[in-house]
Amino acid sequence: MIQYLRNNSEIVWLALQEHLYLALLPVLLGFAISLPLGYLAVRFPRLYHPLINTFGVLYSIPSLALFVFLPVLLGTKVLSPVNIVVALTIYTVALLARTVADGLRAVDPVVIQAATAMGYRRLRRLTAVELPIALPVILAGLRVATVSNISLVSVGSLIGIGGLGQLFTRGFQLFYIEPILVGIILSVLLAGLADLIIVLVQRAITPWTRAA
Amino acid sequence: MNLSYLTDPAHWDLSAPGGIPQLILSHLGYTALALLLGVIIALPVGLYIGHTGKGSFIAINAGNAGRSLPTLGLLMLMVTLLGLGLLPVLIALTVLVIPPILTSAYAGMRTLDHRVVDAARGMGMRSWQVLTRVELPMALPVLMSGFRNAALQVVATATVAAAVGLGGLGRLLIDGLAVNDYSRVLAGAVVVAGLAVLVDLFLALIQRWIVSPGLKGS
Amino acid sequence: MKRFLTAVTLALALTACGTDSDPLAPSTGTSGAAGGAVTVGSANFPESQLLAEIYSQALEAKGVKVTRKFNIGAREVYLKALQDGSISLLPEYNGALLASLSTGGVPEGVSSPADVLAALKKVLPAGTEVLEQSAAEDKDTLTVTAETATKNNLKSIEDLKAVAPTLVAGAGPEFAERHQGLKGLESVYGVKFKEFKPLDAGGPLTVNALKDGDIQVANIFSTDSSIVANKFVVLEDPKNLFLSQNIIPLLRSEANNPTVTGALNGVSAKLTTENLTSYLAQVQVDKKDITVVAKAFLTENGLAS
Repeated sequence: MIQYLRNNSEIVWLALQEHLYLALLPVLLGFAISLPLGYLAVRFPRLYHPLINTFGVLYSIPSLALFVFLPVLLGTKVLSPVNIVVALTIYTVALLARTVADGLRAVDPVVIQAATAMGYRRLRRLTAVELPIALPVILAGLRVATVSNISLVSVGSLIGIGGLGQLFTRGFQLFYIEPILVGIILSVLLAGLADLIIVLVQRAITPWTRAA
Repeated sequence: MNLSYLTDPAHWDLSAPGGIPQLILSHLGYTALALLLGVIIALPVGLYIGHTGKGSFIAINAGNAGRSLPTLGLLMLMVTLLGLGLLPVLIALTVLVIPPILTSAYAGMRTLDHRVVDAARGMGMRSWQVLTRVELPMALPVLMSGFRNAALQVVATATVAAAVGLGGLGRLLIDGLAVNDYSRVLAGAVVVAGLAVLVDLFLALIQRWIVSPGLKGS
Repeated sequence: MKRFLTAVTLALALTACGTDSDPLAPSTGTSGAAGGAVTVGSANFPESQLLAEIYSQALEAKGVKVTRKFNIGAREVYLKALQDGSISLLPEYNGALLASLSTGGVPEGVSSPADVLAALKKVLPAGTEVLEQSAAEDKDTLTVTAETATKNNLKSIEDLKAVAPTLVAGAGPEFAERHQGLKGLESVYGVKFKEFKPLDAGGPLTVNALKDGDIQVANIFSTDSSIVANKFVVLEDPKNLFLSQNIIPLLRSEANNPTVTGALNGVSAKLTTENLTSYLAQVQVDKKDITVVAKAFLTENGLAS
């Protein structure tokens, strides 16, 4: 395996970079979309169930099917990384919007009343009180979304764009274990690292959770 | 893009080997077997950790560690090592379902009201009785939500089996892609998503049926 | 269904954050115009990737900038990528390409490599062209184990007709729908198998399935070293269903220029069935990496230093 890495360091490095980009860009986009969506689901309780159900169904569409359809729906080129990015953004939103909504709903109403009584208006109350309290839940969802995105990217290799997944198909076509192992190990390490970073960020920005 | 593949009655022939009913059947077969194996492996471990509190670290981190394993890679590795067959698929899918079941079994046990457990002990129940008559029934709602989560993931992911020459609804995706028949890919996506909804509904009914009425509404 | 529509609508709504250009505009610039980069693609089997890597390195040796997008999928998929400009060049097989582009079957009487090339040039999609073809051939074959051949007295595909209803065939999923596949086998030879197993394009799944007896008839490529290694029997094709299959570069016209033509024709001139088979074996059997094997091909044939 070391030998394989040594001979193919360039290919592996490129695959790793592509993997990182394809997995993490959707996390950022998905996070940005999920915050307002999740908030809407709380602000207008009638939206909560329809939204959650839609996301449930979206999440169960097989990733390969989404990768194949997006060019038809979006008019993108079949090998465009945009397809993978949009597909994974959809999954991220499906996961995160629900977590954001659940996190916000779990904020103790007494706290909200207290904040209102102190003169906080809706927007400020949201950003200064509700969101920070919901943050641990939201970040837990973000961890799940990030890690599953990193593992999902490789499915794209079935249509020729899959970061480390390309190592899987390459090895599989030759019944050659080394590239597959290298791909799996790097993918797991990448996920572990991304997860660790989110945990560290969470500790830094929610110091109050450590006391508990 | 259209639904013609899905609506063509010829593709719904019950006896045709590549027909949608048979693909659904093999898809459900992979799903059920993986879930069964997952429960056999992960449930006892999760309950043990939750019951005793030993090894919580494993239970908390198993979820994310398992999710980070790319199923496609694992499957291709297993087929390369073990050859074509049901076993590689089952291994890859079981690895996928273990984390949510393990984590939810643990979480279900940890979050239940300890006063109830103390009361059960006070009534003279043994450890085994406490587990089966008190802790397990009370942990069921959390446990079931983990199980439903696992089921949803397997139904969507079992499609990768077709990438290594096996059956299941992934065939519609892989074959449709290979011959540029988008109607077939769409049929695959719709049937998989529909199946996921039905499986989840089914499990929701089971949950309603097995969870003690005393726990509802809490 | 209603939910699915919601899903689709949502996906459409998301496009706003994804697309960076007008998707309907014809692609320009990015794929090799005016001496820019050439994007080389390949099909999803090792030989295609090796050839694509050889093309890439030959172009790089002439100072052309190359982007690699290998392992795209079957012909049905990568031709679409070529037409939408996602890739600008890839290695092709003249007969298989002709068969896939000819609606209603290949023209009568076409069998020699020159005939195939002439017929092919007439049906190429607008904006694409082929360069000189090489002598190297890699045919689709129907292959059986020595045991199956002796037991059923099989020498040619014609002999299959009687026993096919008891045999299981295996190939890449696309084989089921191609004329140079199950459809042609039925219409040309009257061969209809008991069952078809979609596996991979002449890859290890198909080879192992044949070895293990999961399938009895396999579509394997004639350059595959596993045929000799396993003493498989390649069935003759007297009716030329699987036409001549010379390797030929297919590219978008806008990506072509004298440098590109020179580099690729140089490769085609040196490529033979024998040397392709042995270089491919280095990839398939010795597990050498395609970049290393491609480099060896080019240096040993004086195409790169």
